[in-house]
Amino acid sequence: MAKKQLITVRVNGRERESAVEPRLLLVHFIRESLQLTGTHIGCDTSHCGACTVILNGKTVKSCTMFAVQADGCEILTVESLMSASGQLHALQEGFKQEHGLQCGFCTPGMLMSSYALLHNNPNPSEEEIRRGISGNLCRCTGYQNIVSAVQYAAAKMAKIESEAHVAEGVAQ
Amino acid sequence: MIPPAFEYLRPKTIPEAITLLQQHGDDAKILSGGQSLIPMMKLRIARPAYLIDINRISGLSYIKEEGGFLKIGGLMREAELEASPLVRAKYPILTDTAHVIADPQVRNLATVAGNLAHGDPANDHPATMIALGAQVVATGSGGERIIPIEEFFLSLFSTALQPGEILTEVRVPVPPPRSGGAYFKLERKVGDFATAAVAAQVTLEGSGAAQKVGIALTNVGPTPIKAKKAEDFLRGKKLDDANIRQAAQFAADDAQPSSDLRGPADYKKALVKELARRALTRAAERAGK
Repeated sequence: MAKKQLITVRVNGRERESAVEPRLLLVHFIRESLQLTGTHIGCDTSHCGACTVILNGKTVKSCTMFAVQADGCEILTVESLMSASGQLHALQEGFKQEHGLQCGFCTPGMLMSSYALLHNNPNPSEEEIRRGISGNLCRCTGYQNIVSAVQYAAAKMAKIESEAHVAEGVAQ
Repeated sequence: MIPPAFEYLRPKTIPEAITLLQQHGDDAKILSGGQSLIPMMKLRIARPAYLIDINRISGLSYIKEEGGFLKIGGLMREAELEASPLVRAKYPILTDTAHVIADPQVRNLATVAGNLAHGDPANDHPATMIALGAQVVATGSGGERIIPIEEFFLSLFSTALQPGEILTEVRVPVPPPRSGGAYFKLERKVGDFATAAVAAQVTLEGSGAAQKVGIALTNVGPTPIKAKKAEDFLRGKKLDDANIRQAAQFAADDAQPSSDLRGPADYKKALVKELARRALTRAAERAGK
């Protein structure tokens, strides 16, 4: 067995230090070492995107990266979406309201790809949404309701933003 | 799937990486984006004893025009290439190509240089770079070596890179005025390798005749294929429908596809013909026919 290496990773805002074997995949580190089992292993062959997490602001498939590569990086997993007070993120609410899932297995990856998409493009067209989630496979929904869920979230996030601006204006 | 065990090395500079490569020889592989290598390690098709991770080497993530070339640094990610306004404006064939490589997550990590250095004829940049007449810069202990892309792909998964060399830059000649290019790919689904794809880059003369023509084919042979017959035929001719159709036929003649899950060889040849017709037509439009 190759020598273990010490890595420090900031996951969902919390610094985690661990000694890992170099061949440990990032997804196994997240699920097994950190016990964050929201991130799923679907195909384990880089196709399905269920294991998608956000690494330094960009979506990656955590089954196609070694944990040791993430040393010093910032990672967001699906567990980061819900607020500390238990309030669902607009995307999670959208998936619930629009029936954006059936079996739910692809959902963590879908949420993280959608999260990155809306971060870069708060008002995406349907085509941009479909392209944004094109690295995530869903075998249940036919995608239509996932697209609706992302649209729901985009609208809700825009509304929250504009209300925040109004509140700011009032405060001033 | 768990890959075989390996030692992980993370050099901070190119000379350090080259020293490690030379020290470990055939037992070592360079880890760049890892989007081809890691799946192969998980399938245990690749079993390097040492992985030399070059991702932390600074100064390799650039794209700039300099000295008559578009220079693409060895760690330029496909997603960054795809988003580059300079590339979109002057090298639309590169935007076309990056756009259809794998999927968003893979493009966030995968690099242009890795797409070439992997030597897989199913990859998309090889044909595009052949059509563009690119060069690659191989850096070893003796310094830099320039390799014309046409001499780079030797056979399946085998390139002109020597053990101990790293592909540090890709150079695309800045196209003259009235140039245009396009890449057309058919894939069964997003993220699949091409059933077939065609890259075309043309430069027009004042008369509207083609002065320079580059045409190359993806995943229809053991290496990317330069469609020489089609290029020779079109040079000096007007890019009208009849000439484009004839050139597309010549491109299909040069394809050497095999029958597999993506379709029978005859179908792939017919596909090359149609994709070549579309790529040449779009290239001519973009050149301002």
